[in-house]
Parts: sequence; C-alpha cells; structure tokens
Amino acid sequence: MLLVFAGLLIHATLHLPARGDPDAPMHRERNRAGGLVAGDYFVRNAYRDAATPNMVTVVLADYRSVDTLGEVIVVFTAGVSCFLILRRRRRYD
Amino acid sequence: MTSPSQSVIIIVAGRALAPLIQLFGIYVIIHGHYSPGGGFQGGALLAAGVILLRMTEGRCAAQSEISTEAAIPVASIGALIFAGTGLVTLAFGGHYMDYGVVPVPGIEEPMVRYYGILLVEFGIGLAVMTALVAIFDDMLDDPSPENGDVDAGKPAEDLKRP
Amino acid sequence: MIDLIHDYYAYWAIMLLLVVGLYGMLMKKNLMKKVIGMIVFQNSIILLFVTAAFKWDATVPVLKEGIPGDVSSNYLNPLPHALMLTAIVVGVAIVGVAFALLIAIYRNFGTLEEGELTERMKGE
Repeated sequence: MLLVFAGLLIHATLHLPARGDPDAPMHRERNRAGGLVAGDYFVRNAYRDAATPNMVTVVLADYRSVDTLGEVIVVFTAGVSCFLILRRRRRYD
Repeated sequence: MTSPSQSVIIIVAGRALAPLIQLFGIYVIIHGHYSPGGGFQGGALLAAGVILLRMTEGRCAAQSEISTEAAIPVASIGALIFAGTGLVTLAFGGHYMDYGVVPVPGIEEPMVRYYGILLVEFGIGLAVMTALVAIFDDMLDDPSPENGDVDAGKPAEDLKRP
Repeated sequence: MIDLIHDYYAYWAIMLLLVVGLYGMLMKKNLMKKVIGMIVFQNSIILLFVTAAFKWDATVPVLKEGIPGDVSSNYLNPLPHALMLTAIVVGVAIVGVAFALLIAIYRNFGTLEEGELTERMKGE
C-alpha cells in the first residue's frame, strides 16, 4: 500500500520542472499572468531596499516580517505550553 | 536523568565548549547581515551552550545565565522587542514593520532598514534561546530535594495510577 | 535516461524519505516512534522546498562583490530558504510540545505502547 503511494509520488515528480533549471516557473521574472515573481524580485532588489547582502535575512526580517513575528509567537507559545503541560499535574497531587 | 555526569572528561569538555558555542552564537546573530545566519540560528546556538552545561553538570548549572524561572518572561521580552519595533514604525505613519519610514537624522532609508533588521534579529535570538531553554528545563522537571519542592523524592510508583 | 535520472534523482530520494516517515507514523505502535516518523516526514518536506530553490551555476543568496545581483540567475532563490528556516523553527517547537505530551502520558499511564495505553485508559 505504501509502496503504491511511493510509486504515485515518484510518478508525480516527473511533472515537476527539472532540478536546477533556471527557467522553472518559480525562478522566472514574471509569471504567466504577467505579475512579478517574488523570488526574482527579492534577488534583484534586496540590497537596494535594505543595504544588507544576505537576501534570506532581508526576506525573513523585512519583506515577510509579519510572518516571522507569527513564528516567534509560535516558539513562545510552545515554551509556555510545555510549561503548562509538565507543571500542571503537580497541583493535583 | 538529572544527576550530573560522573566522568571528569565530560564535565571539563562541556565547560570548555560551552563558551565557544555561545560566542559563535552571538557572532551568528550580529553577523547575520553578511553571512548565512540570523536570529533563529544564533538563538539555537546560545541555547545549545546553556543546555550543554545543564546536561553535563546537572540542571542547576548555568542558572546565572538564564535561570529556570526567568526563561519564559525573557522569551516574552524578546517577542515584545520584535512587536515593539513594528509598533514604532506604526507610530511614524507607516505600515506595520515598514522600518523605512522612521526618520533617523543622518541615515538614509536603506540603512534604517538595516538597523531595524538588526533589532528584530536580536529580539528573535532572545526569544528562541530562552524558549528552547525553557522547554529543556520543563522536560527535566523531575522534582528534586535541592530545589525545595514539596513532593520531592517521591518515587514514581506512588504517582502511577493503577 | 541518464538525463532523466540526473534531473530527478533528488526528488525521488525525497519522496522515498516521505514514505518512510509516513510508514513510521502509520504502522508503528510506540508513540515515540510515531513522533520520530513525524520528524522524518517534516524534514522530507523541508528538503523538497530547498531542492526546488536550487539553480545550476548559482551561488548562495548572499550578495558578493563581482557577482551582479540584478541578474537573478546568479543567486539561488531566497524565498524557499526563508520559508524553510521558519518551518524548521516551527518543527522544533512542535517536537518540544510533542515530547512534553509524551512525558505527561508516561507519567500518568507508565507506558507509551498504543495497545496497553488504550487498555489502561479503559481500566480507569
């Protein structure tokens, strides 16, 4: 059953663009509807916008900073929930 | 599980490695603009230093860096640094987290964004470090006599239900 | 044929890894092993995105002198890297909470095996 599923997934990968193809849809400048593609825009404009050579940092903390704020809140919530799960039962004793 | 390791080699190696790991973590946070790195990775490295000390020398070690009780509040301070940076930009009339609108004299817009990113990365690092340390401490939450817990030393069989 | 393998072998390995993780989550009876299967599954998805960001003849997305940034085929796509960075951190948080739940279950019932766990829960 799982092997059949693996075969299905491997068949599905054949419809993906080849690995490392610079002309894949996610690497192009414009998508089929004519809009700008995010990855290409970030590569060309990250240094001009934020004076920072590391594009991943710019994407993480500037372009998508609200996403990262949610991320930090998730980590913080995990810490709090661990605290609550593991300390709660002491009160019942 | 929480008892310190008996081997001298492990204790000495842990003490020698932990400052280096934490120094590298600070470097990764501060130098994240020019090399792969950033708040998440640096925070994880800082937490790794503290956790290494607590694994080798028992859970009471390195309490002066991050104490067990202070971990969750400091994590919330880190998250608040992040959110507060966004609120500052809101106060100057921009969108949330749009650092460029803050007027800093003598610095043009890209450099303002540069320092905004640095501040945010610092907040992320603080929050991630203390949250990981808090998770680790809660997992080792084995009530032991030296911590002054009331039900300390109770064997596990008493707590188990039939 | 060689071209096909050369273009797609990374995707095939990732899909096999995904199925290994799914096997661990579905078939194993121990809750700890289920969590390990979940971690393998999650990492296969992360690897899939990082593989999709790859371009031939490109370098890491850190701007360097001598390599112009306005030709985007010089640098890897930074967007999947940033997304997967956040996904890894969420993964750490998920694993922490999962282990906390397992510790709480073990303290209450004294076992992590699924069958025994259901019996002990019925016995209350």
